[in-house]
Amino acid sequence: MKVLVPVKRVLDYNVKPRVKSDGTGVDLANVKMSMNPFDEIAVEEAIRLKEKGAATEIIAVSIGEQKSQETLRTALAMGADRAILVVADFSIEPLAVAKLLKAIVDEEQPGLVILGKQAIDDDSNQTGQMLAALLGWSQGTFASKVEINGDQVAVTREVDGGLETVSLKMPAIVTTDLRLNEPRYATLPNIMKAKSKPLAQKTPADYGVDVTPRLTTVKVVEPAKRQAGVKVADVDALVAKLKEMGVAA
Amino acid sequence: MKTLVLVEHDGQAVKDATLATVTAAGQLGDVELLVAGQGVGAVADAAAKIAGVSKVLVADDAAYANLLAENVAKLVVALMGDHDAFVAPATSNGKNIAPRVAALLDVMQISDIMSVESADTFTRPIYAGNAIATVTSADAKKVITVRGTAFAKAAREGGSGSIEAAGGQGDAGLSSFVSAEVSKSERPELTSAKIIVSGGRALGSEEKFHEFIDPLADKLGAAVGASRAAVDAGYAPNDYQVGQTGKIVAPEIYIAIGISGAIQHLAGMKDSKTIIAINKDEEAPIFQVADLGLVGDLFKILPELTSKL
Repeated sequence: MKVLVPVKRVLDYNVKPRVKSDGTGVDLANVKMSMNPFDEIAVEEAIRLKEKGAATEIIAVSIGEQKSQETLRTALAMGADRAILVVADFSIEPLAVAKLLKAIVDEEQPGLVILGKQAIDDDSNQTGQMLAALLGWSQGTFASKVEINGDQVAVTREVDGGLETVSLKMPAIVTTDLRLNEPRYATLPNIMKAKSKPLAQKTPADYGVDVTPRLTTVKVVEPAKRQAGVKVADVDALVAKLKEMGVAA
Repeated sequence: MKTLVLVEHDGQAVKDATLATVTAAGQLGDVELLVAGQGVGAVADAAAKIAGVSKVLVADDAAYANLLAENVAKLVVALMGDHDAFVAPATSNGKNIAPRVAALLDVMQISDIMSVESADTFTRPIYAGNAIATVTSADAKKVITVRGTAFAKAAREGGSGSIEAAGGQGDAGLSSFVSAEVSKSERPELTSAKIIVSGGRALGSEEKFHEFIDPLADKLGAAVGASRAAVDAGYAPNDYQVGQTGKIVAPEIYIAIGISGAIQHLAGMKDSKTIIAINKDEEAPIFQVADLGLVGDLFKILPELTSKL
């Protein structure tokens, strides 16, 4: 069984985003970029399935600018077998990403597509569900556990009230949550080896997908700032304040 | 514009997330509700009483018993011929179902809106709330999820919507529900609690988390939350998590205990009305957003605070 893992190049999660003064977006010039953390978890899960013998080949896919090659090389260094980059020089929306992924799924026929539940830049949380819809496949979102049994995959999902387990008919879509696994670091020999793994370059036109955006960003601003308040000296002062607020009798 | 709102419920009652979503949808136009589930007559009756609701569509069928996205999306798409916008709360159900609906309608969803600027323009948080984007949608129909803390709750009484049966789309046969492990608690729900007591990694262990956080929460009638660090360390279950990747909360009072205040955590609670921080590190970033701060050892402060309240 092939497993397809889409990955996105995003602002590194340790970098504090700065809104551009002209209000057009967040400044991405000269800042550290990394693989979206949820996608790293997706790559790791695919590798574990391969190590268990449930998967035979892992294909990493990225849709974005040329530099997304670095992100794909990271996936290859972790253990993906080959990569596909669909080059696009502007930000592609989740719906168009899902359409491109559907075209790739039609070609590659994977049994499972594992995606991050959301990218930490636009925080949309849409692509996996949309891809499942376009393919007419089942979906297991926000997964904290994935178990393949024959032609079914049991996915334990992190939901508002706790955990929920669903059984999906394969082929299926899984989106990852934080507790699914802890991604490995690529070792130096594997980073070297990844350089010679195949990486195919495509364009949206190759797949006949219209990627024209449906949403226009009018402006991007910083959120209203909270003012730091006061520090109280001790518990008695805190209790007094809480009483003022009517919290304690 | 005619909107269709997905009702979040637990099989017996309408959940608060629905009420904020009704307010958001009301700013777009006429509000109709969809109650999907099995044995949800009481939910439908309650939903019809929500202020501003004109009609409640009830899909009462075993196929919708566990709100599987594959089945509910099919149902919603069938109803969208007659509606201009599908509006869902940004709960785990809403986030699971809405994008599936959007793709089937060939619509680009607008996730987690914080305000309605006009019929096609909305604001939404990006980069974990470190930036707010204003976006305009060119799609004829809209698919939207709503951040519950950003809108006032519609009144539970005052409406007199009609109730109509919907459904008949059947089971897609793609997935099935196996089991649920619902955290049982006598405390209020995190996303609707007036007071939240939240613990961080400084608690040091699961035992200490319960020993020190629980009594204070019980004294205040508060919900219990946790930072991602505390959840990752196994001190608290995942559904306690407040933050970018957990729950977004905005209670009257948020008490952060032994939480340093990572961007990730602040994204989930900085809209709280009053933030109180207790931390031994006076340089902790949490103090930059806290209205009231107390620097000190939480293992000494908490028992004293709990006994004096």
